[in-house]
Amino acid sequence: MQQEHTAAVLLQVEGMRKWYSIGGGWLGKPAQTVKAVDGVNFDIRRGEVLSLVGESGSGKSTIGRAILNLDAPTAGQVRFDGKPLVGLTRRQMRPLRRAMQMVFQDPYSSLNPKHTVEELLSAPLQIHMPELTVQERRDRIDAILKTVGLNPAHRTRYPHEFSGGQRQRIGIARALMTEPQLLVADEPVSALDVSVQAQVINLLLELKQRLGLTMLFISHDLAVVGHISDRIAVMYLGRLVEIGDAESLLNDPRHPYTRALMAAVPNIDPQQRRPRQLLKGDIPSPLAPPSGCAFRTRCPHAQPACANAVPELRFVERHHATACIRDDI
Amino acid sequence: MDHLEPLHFVPAAESAEVDNILEVRDLNVTFRASGGPVRAVRDVSFTLRRGENLALVGETSSGKSVTCLGLLGLTPPAPHCTISGSARLAARDGKTYELVGTPERVMRQVRGGAASVIFQEPMTSLNPVHTVGAQICESLHLHLGMKGRAATERAAELLNEVGISDPKRRLANYPHELSGGMRQRVMIAMAIACEPSLLIADEPTTALDVTIQAQILELLQKLQSDNGMAMIYITHNLGTVAEIADRVMVMYAGRIVETTDVVSLFAQPRHPYSRGLIQSVPRLHSNRARKTPLFAIPGNVPDPTSHPPGCTFGPRCSHFEPGRCDVAVPDLEGVGPGHLVRCVRWPEIQGAV
Repeated sequence: MQQEHTAAVLLQVEGMRKWYSIGGGWLGKPAQTVKAVDGVNFDIRRGEVLSLVGESGSGKSTIGRAILNLDAPTAGQVRFDGKPLVGLTRRQMRPLRRAMQMVFQDPYSSLNPKHTVEELLSAPLQIHMPELTVQERRDRIDAILKTVGLNPAHRTRYPHEFSGGQRQRIGIARALMTEPQLLVADEPVSALDVSVQAQVINLLLELKQRLGLTMLFISHDLAVVGHISDRIAVMYLGRLVEIGDAESLLNDPRHPYTRALMAAVPNIDPQQRRPRQLLKGDIPSPLAPPSGCAFRTRCPHAQPACANAVPELRFVERHHATACIRDDI
Repeated sequence: MDHLEPLHFVPAAESAEVDNILEVRDLNVTFRASGGPVRAVRDVSFTLRRGENLALVGETSSGKSVTCLGLLGLTPPAPHCTISGSARLAARDGKTYELVGTPERVMRQVRGGAASVIFQEPMTSLNPVHTVGAQICESLHLHLGMKGRAATERAAELLNEVGISDPKRRLANYPHELSGGMRQRVMIAMAIACEPSLLIADEPTTALDVTIQAQILELLQKLQSDNGMAMIYITHNLGTVAEIADRVMVMYAGRIVETTDVVSLFAQPRHPYSRGLIQSVPRLHSNRARKTPLFAIPGNVPDPTSHPPGCTFGPRCSHFEPGRCDVAVPDLEGVGPGHLVRCVRWPEIQGAV
């Protein structure tokens, strides 16, 4: 999905690969390679929410971590505001981290239980904005706690005194402390109760509008993704299989895997039960993915030609591309 | 689609029928905690018929899982946890078991025999150091006295029944060698090994990928229609409830707040909490509604050690009326055939959102 580099683009991911080596060593079996991410390209424009959707092992979280340089990609480049990130040292990365922050899935394990909310939230300020006075820091913490819908008086409490949804709000507050431009949210609502999940999705939408945040939203749930995204990218075994404007992709999904994911979202109306469209089998082992199109072993539309070559993304509409060789499905 | 017909309108009071697999009366489960007693389950009564799928819906600390752990005697022993009430389970062999206050010796036969359970995370429920074959055979040995080749063959049959290909070879696999979906299938195979009359499925698909979730739901439904076992399906996911349940019980803070058949729950939910839960499910095809805020229930579930007075949902409810809702805990009231709701204002708020 190469687009002309304009000022409108905040993040570019180019040819990203992340391969892990498993086993090997001088005693063991020959090393095997897991291609967790294998040649992924996409851009995120300023103020846009791009969602990465996929099941376990699709590589969606690996991309999130590689974008923030938490794990260096094996190949490819990430450009943030035009600046290449791959190959930067930790020290060189530090000033950039202020502009790109992460919200994690599990609000229980991502907050240090021994720190109060105030300590948790002031840590990023001490690192990235050491010039602030104690009072300025405190004002800022109070303002952000209000922004995410928490009571500033609770800043002296510890994480265990909050419910799951409130903890996720603390996680979001921490990510917002340094006024980032890009937020990478890795399954931020999947550990939450349904009613609270809606609260957090609404909060993220509101923050996007109020603060002009750009967001990479990683999720396995297409229904959630449909609510929050401007664009959606669907991944399967380390590759993008479809990417496009949310509207176009959800109304007219082209890749059989996207269709399967949509069919798997439960229908909320018990009066319209219909036979399930089931995919065969499990996701193949990423150690030995099928040749050609990785989805062909589970695809109801597979043909012999699907085994020949890995299908490239091709545009089916102006802002909508799919990696399926078939046009007739 | 005859399983959708509203056949299950058995008011809680008149349920002494032979077709009832499980009758639960006034079940209470209380934990002892440092902050005082935690009444995790309060006055829960329900009846489950042969072949029926009853969904127990609720969020964290609603008491949905504890209800079932209590029924199976899997809660901690007294004085850490006390259970009162009655729960009568009819086994396939005609015996009836009282599950509350029964000695552990008997409960050990009930569990995995007349009543089985599958949990959310199959990796932690399976023993990592034994092959799946050994674990299935153990259950066959303990409950049915099967040994050796007979047990192995039955185990392979069971794996086949739950849709695992090449079952003979799979018996020699360890849990870590299987995918999440396969592990859950193995758990289901163990659970149905002794043809239980009751299967409790506690969030069986929450840890699985969506395409695998659909496969497991399909399997559970097939097994139920094949052998007529009753199922209690515990979940927080209302979407899957709409897909597989016959009847639904919505729990909040330890109490049943609404119970009815699945069609009327989604068509005419009466309790504000049920309505809120249904509305807050993100829909896939709601393009009009996209980027508009999702409906969200404000606030959080109450602290289990200090419930608000009166209706426990009151502080989060948009229909809360001081003087009525915060006085006494509302009774479960009949609002239609087999439809009970615990809200004093249900007649007034019927048309409201």
